[in-house]
Amino acid sequence: MTEQALTFGLEQELQSIPETEPLIRVVDLKKDFGKLKVLKGLNEQVKKGEVISIVGPSGSGKSTFLRCLNLLERPTSGQVFFEGTEITAKGVDINRHRQKMGMVFQLFNIFPHLTVSENICLAPVMLGKRKKPEMQEYADQLLKRVGLLDKRNEHPGRLSGGQKQRLAIVRALAMNPDVMLFDEPTSALDPEMVGEVLDVIVKLVSEGMTSVIVTHEMGFAREVSDRVLFMDDGIIAEQGPPDEIFDHPQNPRTQEFFSKVLR
Amino acid sequence: MFANTIKVVVKYGYLFVDGLKYTLYLSAISVFFGAIFGSLIAMMRMSHFRTVRTVATAYIEAIRCTPLLLQLYFFYFMLPDLLPILNDKFICISVALVINCSAYTSEIVRAGIQAVDRGQMEAARSLGLDARQTMRRVILPQAVKNILPALCNEFIMIIKETSLASVFFIGDIMTQYRVISGAMYLVIEPLIVAGVIYFILTFSLSKLVASYERRLKVGD
Repeated sequence: MTEQALTFGLEQELQSIPETEPLIRVVDLKKDFGKLKVLKGLNEQVKKGEVISIVGPSGSGKSTFLRCLNLLERPTSGQVFFEGTEITAKGVDINRHRQKMGMVFQLFNIFPHLTVSENICLAPVMLGKRKKPEMQEYADQLLKRVGLLDKRNEHPGRLSGGQKQRLAIVRALAMNPDVMLFDEPTSALDPEMVGEVLDVIVKLVSEGMTSVIVTHEMGFAREVSDRVLFMDDGIIAEQGPPDEIFDHPQNPRTQEFFSKVLR
Repeated sequence: MFANTIKVVVKYGYLFVDGLKYTLYLSAISVFFGAIFGSLIAMMRMSHFRTVRTVATAYIEAIRCTPLLLQLYFFYFMLPDLLPILNDKFICISVALVINCSAYTSEIVRAGIQAVDRGQMEAARSLGLDARQTMRRVILPQAVKNILPALCNEFIMIIKETSLASVFFIGDIMTQYRVISGAMYLVIEPLIVAGVIYFILTFSLSKLVASYERRLKVGD
């Protein structure tokens, strides 16, 4: 197959937003779970085409931060802007904005009662993105690109973890999102399946898909990211290009963390 | 005693068949309408509005914490007073059974829905489906797998509980027992026959449900 045929054929249809406005902008984001302060005021932005990895010790608020971006978790205070719209504002139709923010979960969350193909077609058909026959063709294209075309009519119960996660990725892509949020996409996988999922993500970001990736795979984060955020105890303790963060961390907490995970 | 038991079957078997029909009929009505109302109450129980939740919880607890026999008496006497049209004991008993059943099935439905992994809801919502669409296309189809076997077991329970309705001579198996025992001046023998009918009915049904449940599990 040629390189051309391997692309996901992303149809990025960004609304006309000011050049200066980043795709996602977060202002003073805070999240409490009862008395526990998980996020303590984050300010960050994601530009179009940017690939950001979020690393840090467990319990530092990485996943919570990611889940606040599409409001699966409601922030306690602060604002999230997506394509220039404040989605945390009252009366915003969050469902419409979520259509443009794909999400991939640690535990795949594939719909077990639907076939592989139906998993992909459900949301786009239901939300009127495409007609069913057309969507099924598109689903086949997507499945072909992640090597799952022969499974199209099977139920996900028969898939391996790696196959499920690849399916979850194309299920999110089927909505033609403007950004992809990955929440520890390989943490629940057997080691031999991590590679196949990371390959798909690498291919995807190389095509210019804006992505925010929470991960423990440091080598992968270094390879794909434009920027790495190191989170610790509810704040972004340090951020910068991967080489700087991994090789010359300034913050003592970052140094300590990497001295443990990078050997 | 054995000879008398045979005599009961031969002479009055047709009455038991009649009673069996009523028992099944009452049970089916109870579970069918009970499941419909129960689903509504389950939805109320999971509502965003506190008052709605409280009303549903109060209803469920009131039903579950009082005896069925009391409820049967209650509706048997209250409904005709309330609405003269309802002056029919079969209707009154059915209403009481449906209401009783709805409280139990609502808990079955709620448990079935809440047993669906939270990640399923999150995945559907992250794709942009709203709460309603998620419920209809993602959560409910999976919840049904949890709910159906439990609902069948509820049907089996109700088959036994309808026997209480014989207090009002409703025509079920136990009503027929009372008729036959009165006619033959026999107590134990018709009781044995009734017991065997109940046993065969509920035992075979619960075996059916168990195998059905196993098949659902394989499908996962």
